[in-house]
Amino acid sequence: MKPAASVIIFTSLSGLGFGLLAFLGLGMPMVDGLVAFVFYAIAYALSVGGLLASTFHLGHPARAIKAFSQWRTSWLSREGWLAVLALLVMAIYAIGVIFLGVRLSIVGIIGAGLSLATVFSTAMIYTQLRSIPRWNTVWTPLMFMSYSIAGGALLAGQTDLALGLLSIMAAIQIVTWIAGDKAMASSGTTIATATGLKGKSIRAFEPPHTGTNYLLQEFGYQVARKHVAKLRIISIICSAGTPILFLSLPFNHWLALAAVVSHLIGVLTSRWLFFAQAEHTSMLYYGRHTAAAK
Amino acid sequence: MTCLPQSTDKKLGLVIDLDTCVGCHACVISCKGWNTENYGEPLGDQNAYGEMPNGAFLNRVHSYEIETDAGFAQLAHFPKSCLHCEDAPCVTVCPTGASFKRTEDGIVLVNESDCMGCGLCAWACPYGAREMDPLAEVMKKCTLCVDRIYNENLPEEDRIPSCVRTCPSGARHFGDFADPNSAVSKLVAERGSIELMPELGTKPVNRYLPPRPKDQISKQQKPTPTVAETADGFFAWLDKTLERLG
Repeated sequence: MKPAASVIIFTSLSGLGFGLLAFLGLGMPMVDGLVAFVFYAIAYALSVGGLLASTFHLGHPARAIKAFSQWRTSWLSREGWLAVLALLVMAIYAIGVIFLGVRLSIVGIIGAGLSLATVFSTAMIYTQLRSIPRWNTVWTPLMFMSYSIAGGALLAGQTDLALGLLSIMAAIQIVTWIAGDKAMASSGTTIATATGLKGKSIRAFEPPHTGTNYLLQEFGYQVARKHVAKLRIISIICSAGTPILFLSLPFNHWLALAAVVSHLIGVLTSRWLFFAQAEHTSMLYYGRHTAAAK
Repeated sequence: MTCLPQSTDKKLGLVIDLDTCVGCHACVISCKGWNTENYGEPLGDQNAYGEMPNGAFLNRVHSYEIETDAGFAQLAHFPKSCLHCEDAPCVTVCPTGASFKRTEDGIVLVNESDCMGCGLCAWACPYGAREMDPLAEVMKKCTLCVDRIYNENLPEEDRIPSCVRTCPSGARHFGDFADPNSAVSKLVAERGSIELMPELGTKPVNRYLPPRPKDQISKQQKPTPTVAETADGFFAWLDKTLERLG
């Protein structure tokens, strides 16, 4: 799949932002006044900034308001609702904590739940696609949730918790990669089921067009295997390794900032790979992903 | 809107005969023509005469080589367009309600004025049947020529999809799969039809008829005489003479 900057930035930033909101809603850390204001400003900048980035790839952004209409069937529509609800509920809680010195704990807990539900619905947009076997597994929501919760703990300054959560996140990420690498071959969808033709082997002899098209631009993206291995190592070191090392040292604000920046670079790398490596079944018609078909 | 109908009154769709299709791409061109001049945004092209032309098409013809254990490899031309699936994943993912499946005839359509161009439906379609228009930036897909098949301004013989009307080899058939007595249902029953990617559970309406096995030339043909040990007559003499020359 084409690794579009808008969706990579969207899933990375809003995942972190809603993760931080979830911790703030649970009173972790228990802050108020100006300190709380800074925490909420960061959380809202990340979550709202991410959501805005997601509209950049739309052909007609002005029609995005219609995306709230189909929540009965569409995870993208549900995500829109959950994001707005999470941001509104958390705003009530934040105003109480920052300006009024009131802590509406129940509102915070509901806001935290809605924040994590938003991240889950983002993951389900990708998980539901039977056309992309690498995403169509339980590992996709687990991976998205683990990044959001671990990143949220890191941003919320929950050092002890973050150490454990970052380790779990890294483990889930590695399993997701290993499972994902086998997904297309083991999906049972091949050039033979795609065309229904019977024979010893089916070979794409001639494509329908000599130029490019939307399908090849959108689904035909491929990453060299040698780069995948390097990028995966970079991703794990940046998102989990460096932050764990820095958090283990005596606390220092600059080290904490470095841990957050490193984590963000790691998340962006992981999301780039998430899109760039995903194989779409329609590319079977162009003779791609056919190793298992023979 | 994006909830799929439990069942549709008719199941309109195409049967494409892979035995008959000659791969001329006439259906591709007539589809592009009709759907540029009629319903919805015209099918856009970018850089049409440049180095890397790119345009939206609703129908494309692939070609595949089938290798078998016996005889020569066989070539199959394979036109591909929207299959108007009963369980259409492209419809349910649409957040705006632009994509829908009609209860009356099962045709899957896009209401272009509601489409925000997010592209998720094209991601959800396992067949690659939807393409974003490069100029209008709305999703385009086969409409089964909904603006022809019910169009009383057209002569009756033209009230079929443009691709079917154009096909010079009669490889494309249009009809109602819900009616067991329709021509398409009979064809499918007679020839045994191909459902594309049945394992994904999309239940496509369009069906393909498999290529028939070809005659095996290598089995019917007598071997061509050769200059060799087993030869007789003139070739035996020639063989012997050439041997003598050392």
